Amino acid sequence: MADQQPLTVLIAEDGAADRLLLASIVRKQGHLVLTAENGEQAVALFVEQRPQLVLLDALMPVMDGFEAARQIKALAGEALVPIIFLTSLTEDEGLVRCLEAGGDDFLAKPYSQVILAAKIKAMDRLRRLQVTILQQRDELARHHTHLLNEQRVAKAVFDQVAHAGCLSAPNIRYLQSPYALFNGDLLLAAFTPTGDMHVLVGDFTGHGLPAAVGAMPLAEVFYGMTAKGYGLAETLREMNAKLKRILPVGMFCCAVLLNLSFERRVVEIWNGGMPDGYLLPQAGGEPLPLVSRHLPLGVLAPEQFDEQTEVLPLVLGDRLLLLSDGVVETSDENDQLFGVERLKQVFAANRQPQQLFEDVLQALEGFRGQSRDDVSLLEITVVAPQVLAPAPIVYSDSGQSSPLDWSLSFEFRAQTLKRFNPLPYLMQVLQEVHGLRGQSGALHSVLNELYSNALEHGVLGLDSSLKRDAQGFAAYYQARNQRLQALQDGFIRLHLHVEPLGGGGRLIIEVEDSGKGFDVGKVLQSPAREQRLCGRGLSLIRQLSRHAEWADDGRRARVEFAWEALA
Amino acid sequence: MFDNHIDRKVLSELQDVMEGEYLNLLVVFLDDAQRRLDQLHAAHDTEELRMAAHSLKGSSGNMGAQVLADLCRQLEERLKQPPLLAIEDLINQIYREHATVRQLFLAECQRISVG
Repeated sequence: MADQQPLTVLIAEDGAADRLLLASIVRKQGHLVLTAENGEQAVALFVEQRPQLVLLDALMPVMDGFEAARQIKALAGEALVPIIFLTSLTEDEGLVRCLEAGGDDFLAKPYSQVILAAKIKAMDRLRRLQVTILQQRDELARHHTHLLNEQRVAKAVFDQVAHAGCLSAPNIRYLQSPYALFNGDLLLAAFTPTGDMHVLVGDFTGHGLPAAVGAMPLAEVFYGMTAKGYGLAETLREMNAKLKRILPVGMFCCAVLLNLSFERRVVEIWNGGMPDGYLLPQAGGEPLPLVSRHLPLGVLAPEQFDEQTEVLPLVLGDRLLLLSDGVVETSDENDQLFGVERLKQVFAANRQPQQLFEDVLQALEGFRGQSRDDVSLLEITVVAPQVLAPAPIVYSDSGQSSPLDWSLSFEFRAQTLKRFNPLPYLMQVLQEVHGLRGQSGALHSVLNELYSNALEHGVLGLDSSLKRDAQGFAAYYQARNQRLQALQDGFIRLHLHVEPLGGGGRLIIEVEDSGKGFDVGKVLQSPAREQRLCGRGLSLIRQLSRHAEWADDGRRARVEFAWEALA
Repeated sequence: MFDNHIDRKVLSELQDVMEGEYLNLLVVFLDDAQRRLDQLHAAHDTEELRMAAHSLKGSSGNMGAQVLADLCRQLEERLKQPPLLAIEDLINQIYREHATVRQLFLAECQRISVG
């Protein structure tokens, strides 16, 4: 009996000799003994001393064992206080009564020391098990509270990062659960310096903090690069490389990205693993699915990553709808899925385009059994650029050290043209000139146009008239990618020249390419609509700058910006 | 004489467990048994009779007085179902057995005190 730890045992037995005998037996086994003559005394002693084990005679005067057992079990609450009935009741009915009153075991008379010791040991093991269970339950509850707090903090930090975007733009409508982050759902949108809009709808693998923790570096890259004027392709490459590097194997982010240019009425699309998005034409008719053609972000090594985008033309009033898989996977009480077919029915049934978003929401609401945390929905309407007013960039320097008299020349040759976009870097340099900051958007747009003209029409020799219609568009961008991959020769030269002028200053940009040139006069004279789609953006360049001219058969462009004395 | 009325082995185990308290146990039992018998005698109904018989059965069993314990068990059984046959006779047997057992235990007490 040495391995049994000493307990406090309560013995309630009305026979004096039996009580004395039992007390001696239990005491001899190393325990502390309390004795009572009847049920009432037993309960009172229990309240006072809280013994770990109770031996109860079934038939006692004043209060019998059954009632005493009921009261003691009630007083014990969550804890297990084993009760062993002492009985020479042999009928089943008597034994059943003992169990129903809360008894855990019996000891028959005449008392056997060996059996009693074995039962005490077994009961005590159960008692200690219960103690452990309660302790672990309480610990679990503490951990759970702790985890919820951590999630709250993580969400607060993330909201600061994500908050940098333009989801509140007038042409955007969206739906996202407040805790979508912890389902890995992500919704990001930001303006580029030229007034284009980058949008990302994503879905990280996993749940809880692991799903959320990848969202922060991703959002930082997205917002940082978009703000600097990087294109979708470069941003995709960076995001993929970053996630591949930091996420453990098996974790990745499905994502669909859009680059919308309201100025040029064009959208660039990249979908890696997300459900189909939709382009809903303003004129009505079949919605065009934006299908996933790539692997999710964070799966492929940088050398294998494919950042190729699809380009589609847009018309004022077209709508783009992006959704997470929670939409299609919403189920009703019978576990039927909402599915793509139902979604398409909602599109078909829609009569008022402005109501489309509500229609989808209502259909989901009406269908679903249980509410889900991973339903994200984003609708963007194509509007005229004047409708959107991107917030002015805030600069952090003092304004005293502005470079006012300098020149810079670059020559980018074939191998560089394939992989490098110099524009964000050049814009950074030009931001140092304070006088130019007020025309930042225009500057971005003009540089973009000049560079893409020089690259696509000049060096790659693409025919701009291809972009006349939707099919031509696709063909154009395919050809662009093919020719760029295969490029061996060619160059683009860029000169920047800043000098004081009057009280202020001026910037002269010269862009020269190795292409065949073009008939400048002819392009400038063609109708405005044609120019917009498949011209070389020459009118735009003229509109946005102080002066623009082309020389050397169109191979060299010279554009001027100027500014007044600053206050 | 002992062997039939009291199980010697039980007594020796009791002495082992109780150690110095053995004599006390004997005394307490004798007093308790007498009280049960008085209850038996004063019983007004079958319920009271049964309770007294039940208790005496238990304690005499613990003390090794197996014949007495068995007689009490029989009484308890018979009291459960009418008609109550030959109850008087059984009760008398219990009185007589108790008297015998009492003498034997008193002798045991003396043996302990002297030894």
